[in-house]
Order: sequence, then C-alpha cells, then structure tokens
Amino acid sequence: MSAASAPRTMLSGLLPLLGKRVASALLTLLLVSAVIFTVSGLLPGDAAQETLGQSATPEQVAALRHEIGLDRPALARYADWLAGMVRGDPGTSMVANMPVREIIAQRLPNSLMLAGFTALISVPLALAIGIASAVNRGGKLDRALNIMTLSMVAVPEFLVATLGVLVFSVKLLWLPSIALVSDTSTWGELIRSSTLPVLTLTVVVTAQMARMTRAAVADQLDRPYVEMAQLKGVRFSRVVLAHVMPNALGPIVNAVALSLSYLMGGAIIVETIFSFPGLASLMVNAVTSRDMPLLQACAMIFCTAYLLLVLTADVVAIMANPRLRAQ
Amino acid sequence: MSRWGGTLRALLRSGPLSGRIGLALVLFWFAAAVAGPWLAPHPVGAFVDRDVFGPMSARFWLGSDYLGRDVLSRLLWGARYTVLLALGAALLAGSCGTALALTAAVRGGWIDEALARAMDTLISIPSKIFALVLVAAFGSSLPLLLLISSVIYIPGNFRIARALATNLVGMDFVAVARARGEGAVHIALREVLPNMVQPLLADMGLRFVFIVLLLSGLSFLGLGVQPPYADLGSLVRENISGLTEGAPAIIMPALAIATLTVGANLLIDALGAGKGRR
Repeated sequence: MSAASAPRTMLSGLLPLLGKRVASALLTLLLVSAVIFTVSGLLPGDAAQETLGQSATPEQVAALRHEIGLDRPALARYADWLAGMVRGDPGTSMVANMPVREIIAQRLPNSLMLAGFTALISVPLALAIGIASAVNRGGKLDRALNIMTLSMVAVPEFLVATLGVLVFSVKLLWLPSIALVSDTSTWGELIRSSTLPVLTLTVVVTAQMARMTRAAVADQLDRPYVEMAQLKGVRFSRVVLAHVMPNALGPIVNAVALSLSYLMGGAIIVETIFSFPGLASLMVNAVTSRDMPLLQACAMIFCTAYLLLVLTADVVAIMANPRLRAQ
Repeated sequence: MSRWGGTLRALLRSGPLSGRIGLALVLFWFAAAVAGPWLAPHPVGAFVDRDVFGPMSARFWLGSDYLGRDVLSRLLWGARYTVLLALGAALLAGSCGTALALTAAVRGGWIDEALARAMDTLISIPSKIFALVLVAAFGSSLPLLLLISSVIYIPGNFRIARALATNLVGMDFVAVARARGEGAVHIALREVLPNMVQPLLADMGLRFVFIVLLLSGLSFLGLGVQPPYADLGSLVRENISGLTEGAPAIIMPALAIATLTVGANLLIDALGAGKGRR
C-alpha cells in the first residue's frame, strides 16, 4: 500500500472509518456465533443420551458424554468450538462420521456457482428494471413494473420452481427437473442442469433488488440538483448517468448486497427441490438428521457470507461518497 | 384504529384497483381460515376418490390428492393453519418487538444500547437459516412454530419501532409529560405508542407476508407443520409427485399461498400510497 503514494492521503482518511466497520462486523459475527452455539449446542438437551437411546446404561451415557466433551463447562466447549471454526476445522459429522470440513468442501463450490450465475443474470436485470421505473416514476411503465415486482416478491420460491418444472421439463421437455451435478459432468451438462435452479433464484431475487434500486434512484431524482442540471440544459440521459448514478451508487450497492443475501434463503428451497448438491440442501439434511456439528458449520458459513455482503456494501458506499472520502 | 378504518374506506372508494384486489384476496383467505372447516365438502382425512391425482370435477372441485382425498377440503383446512399461525406469530412479534422498542426508547442509556446490540446480532442471522437452526434444536410442534417464527421477526419490528419511538421521545409533548411527572409506563403507552400505531400495523402486515412464506417454506421442506396437521406448504410437499402430471393437487395449494401473500402485499402497498397522498 505504501507504493501507491497519490491515493494514500485519501486512504489514510478512510482507514479509521473502514477499520471501525470491519471491527463492528467481527464483533457481530462473534455474537452471532454465541447465539448459534447456545441455541444448537447447549439448549437441545443431552446429545449423548439421544445418540444412545433409552436403553443405554448410565455408565455408557457418562462415557460417551466424556468422549464428546459434554461433561466440560459450557464456556470451555464454546471456546473450543469457536477455535475449531476459526481454524477451519468444525469437527466431525455425527451422521456421516466424516470431518465436516470435507463434506462442506464438496458442496460449497456448487453453491457458489449457483449464486454466481444468479448474480450475473439478476443484477443487470434488476438495475435495468429499477432505473427504468425510477426514470418513468408515476408513469404507466412504472406502475406496471411496480405491480409486477410487488407480486414477485410475495410469491413463494417453490411455486416459481414447480411452475418452471411444469413448463420446461414436463411440457416442453427442454430441461431436466433434477440437477445431476457430479465431478464427472461436463460443462454442458452442468449448465443444463443448473438452468432451472438459476432461473428460479433469479426470479426470486430480481424483484426485491429492482424495487430497492428504484427507491434509491427515485430518491436522487427528486433532489434539487437534478432539476438544476435539467434547467441548465443538460440532456436527461446525461443527468441520469453522470449526475444521479454516482450519488445513487451507495444505496444501489446496498440494495444488491441485501438482495443477494436473500439468495441464501431462496437457495434452501431451490436446492432441495432440484436435489442440487449445494450447501443449503446440506443444511436441510443436517436439520432432518439433527447433525449439530454440520448444522452449526453451515449456519456460520451463511452468517459470515451475509455479514461479508453487508460489509462490502458499507465499504463501497463509503468509497463512493465524496463527502466521506474527503474527511 | 378509526384512522386505519378511514384509510380502508378511502381505498374502497377511490384507491387503486390493485389495492382493492389485494383487499378482496386477503378477506377471502381470512374468511376461508375462519369458516373453512364448515365449508369443506368432505372430511379432511377421508379417502373419497378411487383415483389419485384426479382432475377437477363436479364432485371434487379441485381434484383429488395423492391418496385420493378431496383437495378443496384439505385446502380449506390448510388455509386455517397457514393464516392463523402466521397471524398469531405476526401479532406476537409485533407486540414483543414494540414493547422492547418502547422500553429502549423511553429508558435510554445502557438498556437501549444492550437491546439494540442484541437485536442487531439477531438480525444478522438470515431468517431461514435461523429458522432451520431453531427447528433443529427445538422441533416443530404448532406452538413451537408460532414461537420460532415470531422470535425471528422480533428484531426487524424492534428496529422500526425503536426508530419511530426515539423520534417521538425527542418531541415536546413527551418533554411536557416528563415535566408533569408522568412515569415511564405512562409515557410509553399513553404518549408514544398511540402516535406510532399506523406505521406499526403496516409493518406487521409485511411481517405477516414474510411469516406465511417462511412457514410454508419450512412445511414444504418437511420441517414445518407435521402430520396429522397440514398447512398449505405441507399440501404442496405431499403432492409433489403429482407435478409430472400437472395435477391440481399440487398447483392449487401453491397458488393459494401466492394469492394470499400477493394480495396482502398489494393491500399494504395501496394503503401506504394512500397515506402518502394525504
């Protein structure tokens, strides 16, 4: 960073602000980990008793309790668990008898691919819809898009997914209704089998993102400086692109980040419907089999991803705001 | 409350068409939730059709399901669980969140800071992820589902109610009440709360929509309402094998959820717009 001498003065003003945001995000993550560990590790009763069933003798239960460390104080167990998470070793799956790390390593790339494709399609689409309706706010196009996105926001993911299957797999026979993703599948197969999941997620995420984008841009368009620029004779397209967009960038990035975080919730349903081997369906399986170490690890990954998204949005908003940058 | 009624009447008289459609859909499903069991043409668990996934007919208006049960009857019963659970959870989340927010705003100081920090933490856990963790830990009986879904939406309500209440607490009429020597409870309930009812009701409406989607999502995954009870999400799940035939048994419950949530969303949007015009 010392090599870049020109932006250094700018950065040195920003660094304390950014440092504060990062520290606050880390504190939140720590508190979130405490909540998740308390809810899933301490409250549900005795895992040893549950594993062995009713017929186990007290000695057997005590032995297993000792083996998995349940006889130690809660705070010590939490510290161990947290240290394991930080080291990237969240323990052993109780059901598969495999390191949780290995199970997640197989699934995570699939989920990232799903999220990546969805973002690639939905972000430009949402920006286009949002900006188009903000520019025409009050007009027919805006009202039509408003009703459309308002309805899409409230439609459950599984309705979109089932309708998608009905149209594209059952009636048209274009796409498979079950995603068969494995190490041996080619790129073509991969794209074909992820098309329906990606389409479903796109529909779910785009509406929310477009609504928030519209609100951000419309808020800027109502400001006096837009009127000023127009009275000065600047063409409207230039007002939008050169005057409004830089100011709306912060709120728009915020909208994108929040909507992408909604992707995680959508992925839970979508991955399960299409039997897509991703992290979200893994988490659902962990709930059904009450595999707590696996569940905790998945939950922490999702929460970390969410906080990262929010933090990124924060940082971009700070970088994009000249007033904050100049401080 | 009367102001809210006035807004509703204005909506009926001159509101946008979308808002009136929304109101009709919401009223329809609330009526179905209350009166459904009496309207159901067949007993909810009875195997009445020899066919499975039968088509719509005069005897079975919405066809029959994967065991040959009447879809319309099951739908009317399912709507009851979906609507009443979500309504209960939304009311519970709204009252708990608002009570905590009033405490935070009126008391201020470390109570405010501790509550705000705790709620910020809970809000950073994505709602469906949180729901999965809670269901895994506690299970999913009907009362637990009600509690779980309200706990998940308390922080969001708290954040909005706290912002409203903090604004109001800074106003002169609250300072006057404090100078009169009124206690914290009086200030919270008599001075602050009445002035934030309308935005809070709108927020509660939105939470209702979120909770319907969350609960039916959980039921769809098999983690929500458990047999012998079935909400609309469970109906979609149990008939999923009818998808390849395009059976009404799977499409109708999914459409039912969508019309309920879309209707509520349209209604809230129209009421909000009406308020803005005044």
